[in-house]
Amino acid sequence: MKNIDDLWKSGVTRRDFVKTCVTVSAMLGLPFGMVSKVAAAARNADGRPAVIWLHFQECTGCSESLLRSSHPSVASLILDMISLDYHETLMAGSGHQAEKALNDSMAANKGKYILVVEGGIPTKDNGIYCKVAGKTALESLRTAAEGAVAIIPIGTCASYGGIQSVGPNPTGAVGVRDIIKDKPIINIPGCPPNPYNFLSTVLYYLTFKKLPDLDQLGRPTFAYGRRIHEHCERRPHFDAGRFSKAFGDPTHAEGYCLYKLGCKGPATYANCSVTRFNDGVAWPVGIGHPCIGCTEPEILFKTAIADKVQIHEPTPFDSYAPVDLKDKGKGADPLTTGVIGLAAGTAIGAGIMLAKRLPDAPEKGDDHGKTE
Amino acid sequence: MGHDEYQRYDAKILTPSFIVLLALTLIGFFLIGVRFVKGIGAVSNMSDGYPWGIWITYDVATGTAIACGGYAMAILIYIRNHMRYHPMIRSAILTSMFGYGLAGFSVMVDVGRPWNAYNFFIPSKWQANSAMFEVALCVMAYTTVLLLEFMPAILTYLEKTDWHTLQALMDRLHKYTGINRPQRMDERLESVKDLAAWLHPRLDKVLIFVIVLGITLPTMHQSSLGSLLLIASTKLHPLWHTGFLPLLFLINCMFIGYSIAILESIISCYAFRRPFELHELTGLARIIPWLTVIWLTVVIGDLAWRKQLGAALSLDFYSRFFLLEFCLVAGGSLLLFSGRKRSSIRWLFVSAALIVLGGALYRFNVYLIGFNPGKGWHYFPALAELMITVGIVAFEILGYQVLVKILPVLPRLHTRGQLDAGKA
Repeated sequence: MKNIDDLWKSGVTRRDFVKTCVTVSAMLGLPFGMVSKVAAAARNADGRPAVIWLHFQECTGCSESLLRSSHPSVASLILDMISLDYHETLMAGSGHQAEKALNDSMAANKGKYILVVEGGIPTKDNGIYCKVAGKTALESLRTAAEGAVAIIPIGTCASYGGIQSVGPNPTGAVGVRDIIKDKPIINIPGCPPNPYNFLSTVLYYLTFKKLPDLDQLGRPTFAYGRRIHEHCERRPHFDAGRFSKAFGDPTHAEGYCLYKLGCKGPATYANCSVTRFNDGVAWPVGIGHPCIGCTEPEILFKTAIADKVQIHEPTPFDSYAPVDLKDKGKGADPLTTGVIGLAAGTAIGAGIMLAKRLPDAPEKGDDHGKTE
Repeated sequence: MGHDEYQRYDAKILTPSFIVLLALTLIGFFLIGVRFVKGIGAVSNMSDGYPWGIWITYDVATGTAIACGGYAMAILIYIRNHMRYHPMIRSAILTSMFGYGLAGFSVMVDVGRPWNAYNFFIPSKWQANSAMFEVALCVMAYTTVLLLEFMPAILTYLEKTDWHTLQALMDRLHKYTGINRPQRMDERLESVKDLAAWLHPRLDKVLIFVIVLGITLPTMHQSSLGSLLLIASTKLHPLWHTGFLPLLFLINCMFIGYSIAILESIISCYAFRRPFELHELTGLARIIPWLTVIWLTVVIGDLAWRKQLGAALSLDFYSRFFLLEFCLVAGGSLLLFSGRKRSSIRWLFVSAALIVLGGALYRFNVYLIGFNPGKGWHYFPALAELMITVGIVAFEILGYQVLVKILPVLPRLHTRGQLDAGKA
């Protein structure tokens, strides 16, 4: 699709398009004025980077998440826009035809395409535990990575190895960053990750022609810069010491903090509590399940869901809600009260003295003069 | 309305009390300067909990009641047609003029963002449903009306003056600095005189309409001063928060007005060594107890109806202030029921003072003492805040003192036909 008019024909309304661009700008923390720039980047379909999407040891949940994100039109927009040349689940072709498309694209866009990886890569026994078109995952990844401008491992498996890398790790599964060292890698972990985090990363690249700021785990900070706990809707309950004691318990039904049920929110860096899933409607903690820490390689599948995380940096709240108040406003000070007392005393004294001096008995006729 | 009813009080202007009042005024106005340069927090203890401090409570709410002498006297003279009190009105109007003008000025000191105040003069920005707007508009209009009511005194002065002070000043300027008298100065002064003489009879013709306005406006806004606190139903103590607040404020300002007229007359006669106006004061004093009895009846009846009599007698902090206010007004009124006491200058002074104190305390109770914005909030005026109010009050007294010595304000002394003034 080369032409903006085709975009409208494909079912994306202008309203949806602008809405998406605004959402993405907001999530990237860009000023509102940048919306037009983002929109321009998204609209300028010519010269769009080719994207090659490889699937390895995965459940396709990340792709499903992206497809079933609440804006189907957005999914089609982004898939159209980025010229998705190879995606095993989505492409129409199969077999040799598909393999040819992959090879053609890699050759044609060498050094320019974005490589998206979904799923962990088995390394044991030369990676024979995952093969596509007769090539091991390891092999495919290395080949595809060579000509990629950047790699976006989507999901926790591609980022850090995921569930198949959990001990005893029979296939020796690892994330992309353990194999590819010489390419920029932007991890979008999560199980599944929020589709908007992926979308925003791609649009960021298209808008600014550079990669976003990353944290030490290779995640873009605009999405993974803060803990879930910091913006959790149940945070006031945490601060007030109100915790759900068990699933189905009245404390749970009341919506109290899920920390004691094993919520990993205080140790998990992600924006779920702000962006949420299904078009901002719901997210796990919102519907009563503790966060399982799916964006954290050290938490997901490595600690039990019911285990409590250690809160290393309890971020204390600035102040309690004003229930029991301290003294406010300025009261009396000794000097002022002294002056007032003195003045009042003088005034009353003077009044009494004046009253004493005033004539008491009524005088006959027109009175005049004062008594001295 | 004969203007021979009034006379200038012929005495030195620079007296010791003038110096003291001037000093207090200067301190007050210096602090007002500080308030405008450094902000309201630099001089006052007002807070989000107590956005209305002593300035609103005293200068506006209480000060305008004390300045209701002119209003109360106008009702008596023009509505009840007791023209024998007419000689007293000019000094009452002069104090009212200062009281109201400075109340308006205090609001300008008090508003947090005075640079937005010009919006008040743009009708499209008006919020006509606001009691505060009504008060502001009335205070401004009434100040203008009072100025018009006072104009005859100024015009009489202009008609009769020989510009003695001005001439002397120009001569002295010429002597020390060599500045020449402006050409045709005498002619111009003469034309001012002519203008005053032309304007004076014409103003007299329309003055009665101005006076009607001068009676209408305070009736409107004095009740509105009570309405302002109606909204604070959770903050004002139930002893004072009632639907009758507007009525109570209206009656309150009337008996304060008459009492202050008595006080002013006694104090100024004492200070200026003039004969006391006992006859007129006794007449005034006969009205006050009826007003206070109505007021006290409404207060008690309302408390009983709202089942707050227990709270009034509980002797807690609020109850004590309520009882003090009640006893002051009731005590002063009781004295005035006695014909013997009513014809004694001393007891007139005592009872009027008690009633003014009680009535003013009522307004303090409503605006400040019985007002509790919530747990933890405290307010007590800062010294600087207080000194601004003191400075404004000092300026009022100072202005009164000076103007009665320049303009024909005080009643003419009929019996002697001449000044009985000693050397003040």
